[in-house]
Formats: sequence, C-alpha cells, structure tokens
Amino acid sequence: MNASWLLIFILMSSLVPGLLIFFLREESHGLRTALNLGGAGLKLILVGYLLLGVQRGDVYELRAVLLPGVELVLAADSLSLLFATLSTLLWFVTTIYAVGYLEGSPNHSRFFGFFSLCVSATVGIAFSGNLITFLIFYEILTLATWPLVVHRGTAQSLRAGRLYLAYTLAGGALLLAAMVWLALLAGSGDFKPGGYLMGLEQEFPTQLKLIFAMLVAGFGVKAALVPLHSWLPRAMVAPAPVSALLHAVAVVKAGAFGIVRVVDDVYGLTLVLELGLDLPLMAAAVITIVYGSVRALFADDIKRRLAFSTVSQVSYIVLGVALAGPLGAVGGLVHLVHQGLMKITLFFCAGNFAETLHIHKVSELKGVGRRMPLTMLAFTLGALGMIGAPPLAGFISKWYLGLGALQMEQHWVLAALVVSSLLNAAYFLPPVIRGWFGRREEPWHDEHMKHHRFETHWMLLGPTLFVAAVAVAAGVLAGMPYSPLDWVSLIVEREYAPTGGGL
Amino acid sequence: MFATGLDWAAWAVAVPLVGALLAGLLPRLGPVLGLVFGLLTALAVAGAVMGVWHEGPVRAGLGGWDVPLGIALSLDGLAALMLAMTAVVGLAVSIYALGYLRSSQTRGKFWALWLWLWASMNALFLSGDVFNIYVTLELVGLAAVALTALSGGAAALGAAMRYLLVSLLGSLAYLMGVALLYGGYGVLDLAALGAAMEPDKVSRLAAVLMTVGLLMKTALFPLHVWLPPAHGSAPAPVSAVLSALVVKASFYLILRLWLDVFPVLTVPGFELFMGALGAGALLWGSLLALRAARLKQVVAYSTVAQLGYLFLVFPLMAVTPGAWQAVVFFALAHACAKATVFLAAGSLQKAAGHDRLAQLGAVMRKEPVTVFAFGIAGASLVGLPLTGGFIAKWLLVDVALQGHAWGWASLVLAGGLLAGGYVFRVLGHAFGRGSVNPDHRPVPAVMVWSTLVLALVSVALGFAGAASLELLALHGGRT
Repeated sequence: MNASWLLIFILMSSLVPGLLIFFLREESHGLRTALNLGGAGLKLILVGYLLLGVQRGDVYELRAVLLPGVELVLAADSLSLLFATLSTLLWFVTTIYAVGYLEGSPNHSRFFGFFSLCVSATVGIAFSGNLITFLIFYEILTLATWPLVVHRGTAQSLRAGRLYLAYTLAGGALLLAAMVWLALLAGSGDFKPGGYLMGLEQEFPTQLKLIFAMLVAGFGVKAALVPLHSWLPRAMVAPAPVSALLHAVAVVKAGAFGIVRVVDDVYGLTLVLELGLDLPLMAAAVITIVYGSVRALFADDIKRRLAFSTVSQVSYIVLGVALAGPLGAVGGLVHLVHQGLMKITLFFCAGNFAETLHIHKVSELKGVGRRMPLTMLAFTLGALGMIGAPPLAGFISKWYLGLGALQMEQHWVLAALVVSSLLNAAYFLPPVIRGWFGRREEPWHDEHMKHHRFETHWMLLGPTLFVAAVAVAAGVLAGMPYSPLDWVSLIVEREYAPTGGGL
Repeated sequence: MFATGLDWAAWAVAVPLVGALLAGLLPRLGPVLGLVFGLLTALAVAGAVMGVWHEGPVRAGLGGWDVPLGIALSLDGLAALMLAMTAVVGLAVSIYALGYLRSSQTRGKFWALWLWLWASMNALFLSGDVFNIYVTLELVGLAAVALTALSGGAAALGAAMRYLLVSLLGSLAYLMGVALLYGGYGVLDLAALGAAMEPDKVSRLAAVLMTVGLLMKTALFPLHVWLPPAHGSAPAPVSAVLSALVVKASFYLILRLWLDVFPVLTVPGFELFMGALGAGALLWGSLLALRAARLKQVVAYSTVAQLGYLFLVFPLMAVTPGAWQAVVFFALAHACAKATVFLAAGSLQKAAGHDRLAQLGAVMRKEPVTVFAFGIAGASLVGLPLTGGFIAKWLLVDVALQGHAWGWASLVLAGGLLAGGYVFRVLGHAFGRGSVNPDHRPVPAVMVWSTLVLALVSVALGFAGAASLELLALHGGRT
C-alpha cells in the first residue's frame, strides 16, 4: 500500500471515533472517553510517524478529481506538519480537559462528536494541498464548530452562534468567489513554495490584487482581523475547552494559516512584493494588533480579555508573513505554535477559575494565588510569555519579528511591536499581580467540583500544567532540535531556498 | 438479444406503469408492490444510464414505429441524469413511505398514484416530440394533484384544488403552443422542429405560451403562490416528490425546449427578464422561509427560493453557452437535498404531532439522526462542502465568472447565505433549552435510516461532479 494513505488514516483517526460517538448513548461515559482518547492517541502516533517521514524528505500526496480541472489534493509538507502537530497535540490535552470540564452536564455525545469532527477538519486544513481543498475543510470546520459554540443552548449562545455563522459563511462565500476567479486566471494549482502565479502579474495585475484582497478578507474573518473580528469575543459563551480549541488551534488559526498559505504558497513572496501587497497586509495586521490590545485593556471579564488578546496576537502571524522576509517569516510561523500553546494555557486557567471558584472577572481574582497556586503559576507563565518576557516563547516570536522588520527596513513595525508589548503588559500584569498579592476578604464561593487531593479536578489541572510546561519548554529550549523554532527554520529554509535569502 | 440503453429506458416507463396498475387493483399489497416495482424501475434506469454512457445519445420509435406514426423515445445524457435523479429520490421516498403511511386508506391509494407519477415522469424525460410531452405533462400533473389531496382535510383539498387549476391552465397554455407549432411547421418532433424553426411571429407566440405554461407548473416567482400550501400540506413523502422531482420535470421541459427548439427565437432582454424572475424568486422565497413559523412551510418556501437558481440558466447561457450543465447539476443536488429535508421534516412532524418550529426543540433533541440528516441536506442547500450543493455552487459561480457576469455570481453566493439563514434557524432549535415533550412518538427506524441514506447521497454527489458533467456532455446528436 502507498505510504500516502497515512494522510487518510490521520484524518480518519478522529473522524471515525467522532462519528461513532454520535451514536453512543448518553450514559456510556467509559466507552466514549476510550474512543476519544484512543483516537487522539492514535493520531498523535501517526502524526509523529509522518513527521519523521517528511523530515527525511518523503513525499506524501493523494489526489482525486472533483470537477474537470479541479482536484482534491491532500499533501504533507513541512508547513502542514507544523499545524497538524500543534492541533493533534493540543486536541489530546483538550480532550482530557473537556472530559473533566463537562462532567455532570448533558449532551456529551453530541459535544464530543462535533469536537472530533472539528479536529478532523483542522487536520484536513493542515494537509490541504491546494486552495479548493483548503476551502472544503475550512467550511467543514465552520459547520463543526457551530454546534460547539451554541452547545449550552442559552439565548445568548444561540445569538453568538448566529453571529459566528453570519461572519464565517459570508467569509466562505467571498473565498469561493476569489478561488473560482483565480482558477479561471491561473488554473487550480497546488500549493508550492514561491507560489504558482508568477508571470501572470504582467497581464492581470489589478485582478490579482483584488483576488488577494478577497482571499485575505475571507480568511481574515476567522483570523479575526479588525474589522472582521467581532464574532470572536461573543463566541466566548462556549464552554472553556471549546474556546481554548477555537483560539489556540482550530478556527482562528485556520484563518491565519490560510493567509500564510496564500502569501507563501499561492502568490509567493516575490509576487507579493512586486504587486505591493505586503504593506496593506502589514498595516491590517498592525492595526489589529494594537486595536485588540487596547480593547483587551478595558475588558473585565477574563475570557473576554483573552479573546481580545487573541485578536491581537494572531495578527503577529499575519504580520510575520506580511514582512515577506525570512526572519519575519520565522517570527510569524513560530508564533503560530507559541501563541497556541500560551493561549490554551491561559484558557485552561480561566476555565479552572470559573469551574472551581466561579471567578469570571479580573477584579475577582484577588488572592486566588493562595487558593489555587498551581493554576495561578500556569496563568503567570502564559501571561509573561504573551508579554514577551525572555526567555519565554512569546519573546522568541517577537525577537524574530523585530529582526524581520529591521531586515526589511520597516522600522515603524518595530515601534508597533514595542507599543503592543507594553499594552500586553498593561492588560496581563494586573490579573497576575492581583492573583498573587491581592487579599480576599470574604470566603470563596461554594465549590461545586469534587476534588480532594488537588486544588481542582485532576483532569482540569493536569492538562493545564502540561501545556504550561510545553509552552515554557518551547521558549527555553528553542535552540534544541524538534523545537518549534527549529522546525520553522526548516520550513523557512525550504521556502527561501529559491530566492536565496538566508538566516 | 443484447438490451440497448433505449430498451432499458422503455422498461423504466413500463415497469412502474404495470406496478401502478397492480397496486390499483390490489391495494392491500401496495407497500410490497411499491418496493418491488420501485427497485425494478431503479434497475431499468441504471441500465439506461449505462447505455447512454457507453453508446451515446439514442432515439428510436417504440416498437419499431418511428415518427410521424409511432411514439418516439429519445435518450441522451440530460434525460438519463433526470431518470437517475428520479430513481434515487424515488427509491428513498418509497422506502420512507413504508414507515410513514400507516392508515390503510391512504396507503392503498398512495402506491398506485406514486408509481403512476413515477412512470409519467420517466415518460416525460424520454419523450422526443412536443405532443407526447403534453400527454406526459398532463399525466404528471394529475397524479401530483391526486397525491396532494391524499391526506384529506380542508387545507389539503383546497391546496390540491388550487394546484389542479394552475396545472390545467399551464397544460392548456402549453397545448395551444403545440397547436401553433404544428400549424406552422407540420411536425411535432423536437429535433425536426429545432431544425426548421424560423423566428417569425407565430413561433414566438408558441414559445411564449409554452414557456409560460411550464413556468406556472414550475412555480417560478411570481407564479409560485400555489406551491407552498400544496407542498406544505401534503404527506411528507408526497411533499418530497413534489418539491424534488415534479417541479424539476417542467423545468426540464423548459430547458429542453430552449436548448433544442427555440434558441433562434431569443430576443434581447429575454435572458435578463428570466434571470430577474429567478433573482426575485431567490430573494422573496428566502425571505418568506426566514419568516415562516412552521417547519414544512420553511422547506416549501426554500423550494420557491431555490427554483430561482434554475432560471439563472438563461442569463448564464447568454454569457457562457455551457452554463446549462451547471444548472442541471444544481437541480440534481437540490432534488436530493430537498427530498431529504422534507422527509426529515415529516419525521419530526410525526414525532411531535405538529410542525410549529418554536415548540419543536425537544423533539429534535430526541431524534438526533433525523436532525443530522436534515443538517447534511441543509448544508447542501446552503452550498457547503462536501455536498452536491457545494459543487453546484462552485460550477454556477464558475460559469458566471467565465462570462464576467459579476452580478449573477454575487446573487448565487447571496442565495447561499440566505439559505444558511433559514437552515440554521431550524437547526438552532435543536440546541435550544426547553422542556421535554411529554407525548413524543418515536420515529420508525425505516424512516430515520432512509432519510439518512438520502442525505448521504447528497454527500456522494459532492464527488460526482466530474462524472455528471461527462454524462451531460452526451447531448443532442440524435439519429
């Protein structure tokens, strides 16, 4: 059998358990958890195997004809694996977290079924080998996340779901139009480093610019580029594991990953620079970074603050690719992983606070460091990482973004990075300081979770500490082989080899 | 003797006709006869499709008698695809009906009428001359009206009465057109008429009469008012057949006439006019679907809206000649999706005893598989992957952009978003919080699973785009 079938197996490893879970009875907790974790574990192993293969330089590719001239292509390159590994790893921990989080609430089968579909779609996005395949999985992701957003079934969450659909379906329609148009001009080419549109810029410069704008706007909806971001803070009504997954790997990252694919593998950096598309994209990213940070500053609700922080931080990725130089690209791509790790830590912590002590607001965090020291420690590490304190992961990202800005002589970007880091500190330090040094006068709310040994349920605490440790390791051990930075350098080397840029 | 595609096609008409007669004579055996003859019909259709696939388009007189004496059958890719669409939806609906129709009185009538309708539709797709088409059109119309009235009750009878009037009026207009053509050219055969057609006044009048008559039967906005009550009040299997297949039959004729007979008659502005009606249908139907309070009404108005897409074929063909293939594929995707949605709606209605959306939430949570099928088919209506609807939308946008028709492309996409509005409006109720319905009647398994299988056909269509287009390319060239 062809080794490329590995890609199908990886997709199936979450799709099949997901579909089976839909048909399980509500009471069969054990079987459901076994299916969930079995699928997640199997996927982790398969992705690890694929990772070794891709590093050796093996080619994995599967094709099927959808329409004359339009193919469904699954392929694994080093960039796919960056995204696939991240989502697989985080799915595993989020599943454990979700099992603990949802204990005692109704509709488990529905929740975990869609949860698995959502991850299958994300991994499908990672392995998409051309734009139409990407769009297919991207839209499936929309479909699979909507039930998770409205899971609680309150009027508020149904409203949030409507808003989410309105934004994402409109974005999807825009993408479809852009992709059909592009296919008419250039055929439906595969993703490849340096893009496949070279030579068309003489004949269709305006069309290409317009299509680029449509693609970025379409992906920008999920990447929450300002002014297309307002669905994201509202979607916070979803259960904490969903928010964590949405922000760290699935939805928001899918948008950012789409922009990376468009810039690097459809247009190619040379063409982006030639058509003068880098500056508008950079401007959009910088505006989003600053705007998101400012809004986060004024949000008292913890999850809402984290949501605006996501709006801001995801645009670092966009900024990195928009810089169109190798160092900037390293900064942007490595942030895809780093932001995911740090943000999922923060969301898990927020979930722990909410579930254990009913804390939902920053102002209520006073003294929580004494009651839940480990969670607070994880929160602190995530927050410091986001601010960019060396040697944590966020610092590595920002360092390379800064170098990238200098390399491409965009000094104003450096200023924007400084401003945004200051803003990060301004909205992340108060909860940290309040948590450790504040003093709580009245006793804590009734604690409704059963936990005797630890500060909260072990299935909530374990994943939180694990992702916090991985986030710290990604920063501290950035120089080691197989660290995110190491892998990203490999991607960027392959990407820039044709144009001769070096690190 | 080796059976040709045309032999199979003749069987595809004869088998359900025999079935209808038997079911009429032996109403007690209705379900068994329906299932057996349904399966046999589907087999015959499969043979016909394979025949076209291998041998290309064919036509011949029935029993060796060719025109002008005999009845000519003609089978090409378009007709074959329509036969296949009818067979797939028809088979699923037949199986569903086994569980749905419990009371023996309606059951006896249903199977005879339904097999008769199936035979008439197959005959309609295979007819090669305008008079035979009239006959089959009348047969389809009468069977459809009788099925609409099947559930009894004042609402159903009123709707059926209105449907009957529209249907007869439509056929009459069509027949007048046929008379004019016969007076002018002395032939009835489609291909012969197409070859002889002159852009004179009489031909134009004939074309207008025939087209308007068929538009009434297709329920194109603003001639749609009869459709929502008829489709909304009929029993679920009937609604599914009416919305998915019967309106497509008259659309098929419009397409056939304007592809093979009338192309020389087009005047400037005609395409735009038809496109504008389609746009009106799309927007008005979607709006009403977004506001309707009952589930089956939502689905019926969705049909009004989606029929609007079909009439974009005129403006799109003006800019890209191959556009009709995209529209036919859309019709195919819509047929599967809409039938599924009606069947799912019927199951939910059975389970709850009503179909008021606001109080349906509890039942929807009890019937996850049905809601799941509704969701998949709904995704196809919206045009989300991996469904036939997505491929159809891609093809429509593709032909629109090929002809630089930005307006039509935007309309197609906007229609998808509106569909998203009403599909997810329904699905939202499945997630809402609400009390449990005390008198919830579980849906029979045969209904649940036939609905789900038909929903999965929508997914399979997502991969059938290339093959369908290849089949449609086998057009014309009749000898």
